[in-house]
Amino acid sequence: MTVTFAVNEVERVIEADPSETLLEVLRERLGLLGAKRGCNQGVSGACTVLIDGRPMRGCLSLAMNCAGRAITTIEGLAQGDTLAPIQQALVETGAVQCGFCIPGVALTAHALLATNPDPSMDDVREGLAGNLCRCSGYVKLIDAVRRAATARGQR
Amino acid sequence: MTAVGVRLPRLEIREKVTGRARYIADLSRPGMLHGAILGSPHPHARILGYDTARAAALPGVHAVITGVDIGEGLMGAFIKDEPALARGKVRYVGEAVAAVAAADEATARAALRLIRVDYEELPAVLTPEDALAPDAAIIHEGLADYFKVFDAQCDGNQMSRTEIVEGDVAAGFAECDVVVEGTFETQAQNHLAIEPCGALAEVDEAGRVTLWSANQSVFRVQANVCESLGLSMSRLRSMTPRVGGGFGNKMEAHVQPITVALALATRRPVKLILSRIEDFEMIRARHPYKIRMRTGARRDGTLLAREVDVLVDGGAYGDDSPGVLGYSLLMARGPYTIPHMKASGRVAYTNKLRFGAYRGFGNPQTCFAGETQIDEIATRLGLDPIEIRIRNAMRPGDAWFGGQKVLSNGLVTCLEKLRDAVGREHGGDAAPGKRRGIGIAACAHISGLLATGAIVRLLEDGTVMLNTGAVDIGQGSDTALAQICAEALKLPIDRVAVAVPDTDGSPYNWGTTASRVTYTTGRAVVAACDEVERRVKERAAALLECDAGDLELRPGGLVGIKGVPGMEISFQVVSAVSHWREGGPIVGANTFVFDQATIDPKRAAATGLPFGRIGVYSFCAVATEVEIDEATGETRVTRAWEAVDVGRAINPAMVEGQIEGGFVQGQGYALTEEMLWDGGRLANPSLMDYKAPGPLDSPREISTIIVEDPQPEGPFGAKGVGEIGLVGVPAAITNAVADAAGIRLRRLPLTPERVLGALLER
Repeated sequence: MTVTFAVNEVERVIEADPSETLLEVLRERLGLLGAKRGCNQGVSGACTVLIDGRPMRGCLSLAMNCAGRAITTIEGLAQGDTLAPIQQALVETGAVQCGFCIPGVALTAHALLATNPDPSMDDVREGLAGNLCRCSGYVKLIDAVRRAATARGQR
Repeated sequence: MTAVGVRLPRLEIREKVTGRARYIADLSRPGMLHGAILGSPHPHARILGYDTARAAALPGVHAVITGVDIGEGLMGAFIKDEPALARGKVRYVGEAVAAVAAADEATARAALRLIRVDYEELPAVLTPEDALAPDAAIIHEGLADYFKVFDAQCDGNQMSRTEIVEGDVAAGFAECDVVVEGTFETQAQNHLAIEPCGALAEVDEAGRVTLWSANQSVFRVQANVCESLGLSMSRLRSMTPRVGGGFGNKMEAHVQPITVALALATRRPVKLILSRIEDFEMIRARHPYKIRMRTGARRDGTLLAREVDVLVDGGAYGDDSPGVLGYSLLMARGPYTIPHMKASGRVAYTNKLRFGAYRGFGNPQTCFAGETQIDEIATRLGLDPIEIRIRNAMRPGDAWFGGQKVLSNGLVTCLEKLRDAVGREHGGDAAPGKRRGIGIAACAHISGLLATGAIVRLLEDGTVMLNTGAVDIGQGSDTALAQICAEALKLPIDRVAVAVPDTDGSPYNWGTTASRVTYTTGRAVVAACDEVERRVKERAAALLECDAGDLELRPGGLVGIKGVPGMEISFQVVSAVSHWREGGPIVGANTFVFDQATIDPKRAAATGLPFGRIGVYSFCAVATEVEIDEATGETRVTRAWEAVDVGRAINPAMVEGQIEGGFVQGQGYALTEEMLWDGGRLANPSLMDYKAPGPLDSPREISTIIVEDPQPEGPFGAKGVGEIGLVGVPAAITNAVADAAGIRLRRLPLTPERVLGALLER
């Protein structure tokens, strides 16, 4: 069936099987490889994308249910060469190790900061609760989100 | 110093925050097929026959292969006992029995369901005790004939046996005023790199294979694929894209041999990516241990004797098990001077997935037992847990268990700094219904082992290409090695590029394992840079008409005459002349194999130890604060402190990242993570049922304290830090639980049920 939605502000019309997930469509039909398949069960958070600004599991979202929605993937977060505040903070804090969880973490944090511009540490821990990272121990990831909040406040 | 000791962002950071980093699942080739693997439904069975005709006939299927299609080759790091696909028998549930290549993943998986395999079930041996019983079913009938790289002492289902003795334990225990004794049990932990294992293989017209895979060593991949498929190593090129985490699981083979076999069968590129469930069931995990330990001390707290015997579940194939056993015994004394030691152990084959290398490599298990007993002795004698550790700590120049002299040793500094940081907050003010306590542990871990190399090339314009073959698995070795190279040549970091690991062009590197890359490969980089410096000076001396001995490197890629400011030329000029006129392109290269002996035969006797030269030592002291819910038994880590002697922190931010990440992985191991078997089948092979720490589980505060006691021959004094942050964590947590509630748990993980049970039994 045919589905029309906006991906990173560009309208896309795709032919998708009714059982296809948004993650499959992004990766296999649109070549947007930033969202990762960590578990395909909605637990790791590595496939997180924003649907109408809200972080959602790409592996649990059926593509056909996204008709008319606005999807943001990690590829759409920076404005040209200018990184989004959360991306810049991830660079500065040294929070990134293997990087596999980072697209999901960055999008989740971006959405959190959009609704809560000055999150407490507990807000950040709660906000990232659905994103597993096996490298960092979360310390620097949480630092990065709070640093991004400060940077957004100063803009 | 302008490059070493600096918190530089990692070289590939922008691609990782913008989603452009490419991992194995992101690669594709024209005409590529997709592979899938059929796993065994039985833990132990004879394969009587296959019917693959229906699967092969499914539209879109290009090849169906089984163990009969791949020859007689066997692979294994210590004992060559493992085929790429099961042959004759299956030895664990999930073992690869057949594989399919098809036009897409869904077709490949559909074809798997059409394959029929006839099995004759055999009795399954599921624990090491059962495996070593006299009437146990034999898992490897051909064990005696397998090629082994060491004196394995195998027999029946016993894969290997190791013993190390120093001093006289009987005499030592006779002098003790206090002796503690206990049995400890640890569980299987899954590595859970967020990226599942995968590979992509392509065969060219001449039959040469190019293989990309998620791995920790392109060279171990090459060796394992070639051994198991009977290919010559010159016919296989092994590379790696970005790796989405590896904690030991991607060091030895996973799906690479099968992927190559499918590519050879179809003559098409084949990509094979495991699902999370398959990754749990088919790959490897941390070894379950049963440990009997006895430790004795004088009334003043001086440790005199320890005896330890371990029984290790090795799973169905040898993999790294003999190494893990031997290493855990070498670590069983901990970083203390205990004069009388006896450490022995066996690892047994069982019908479970193969257990293998996992961050800590056997050290977390024996450290858990040893550090528990130090605390028990301290409690019995009324000593402070940090004081008793300082009293018994190895000092610089003291020998490790076995006899190797240890020059760089910041252990006492780590313990003192930890004491200062933690302060005297024992107990604290827990909320009603909660109990709070603080626990300590100390440990050491090696960095070292085996062969490594580096090639440093001065490009025509005076910038540098560094090529080591070391795989950056996310820990940041590309950046750390570039920092070492930049510092050695006094260059800005942006003039150093790092080549991707590629068996065609990189010097040999055993692998990203054993916390070894910064220390061993860093040494090779420094030595290769020394050669570049010598040749740069040789060429510059001719151009400046002076003696090479009068020249010095100056910051920014310049070489000049000592004491004469302004008399200098750039690397660019030197390199251009070398390329186009005289001397030839400047290349520095170095390779070595780590050569400090582990056992000094005058001090200790060892049998069945699979490696004789293990490495140099980093040290660590860790403290945790826990809070126990008295109603539920739930234990949370509220704060943590880790002081680690890393010799020299090449990049302090990345060192902190290793310690913080190691801590939380160790916390998962201590509190929540456990692979459980229902008979021969893994009962919780998914993230739904296997609980690794998330952001809400991590401590609100992890204070890292970097101690720098330089390793004399290390690169700028550096030692390893990859694993040590995890090693002492289970003991620090169980010691904190004992401090909080007076309960002593000797079995991991500390589930709420176990903690509550112990609280009720008090």
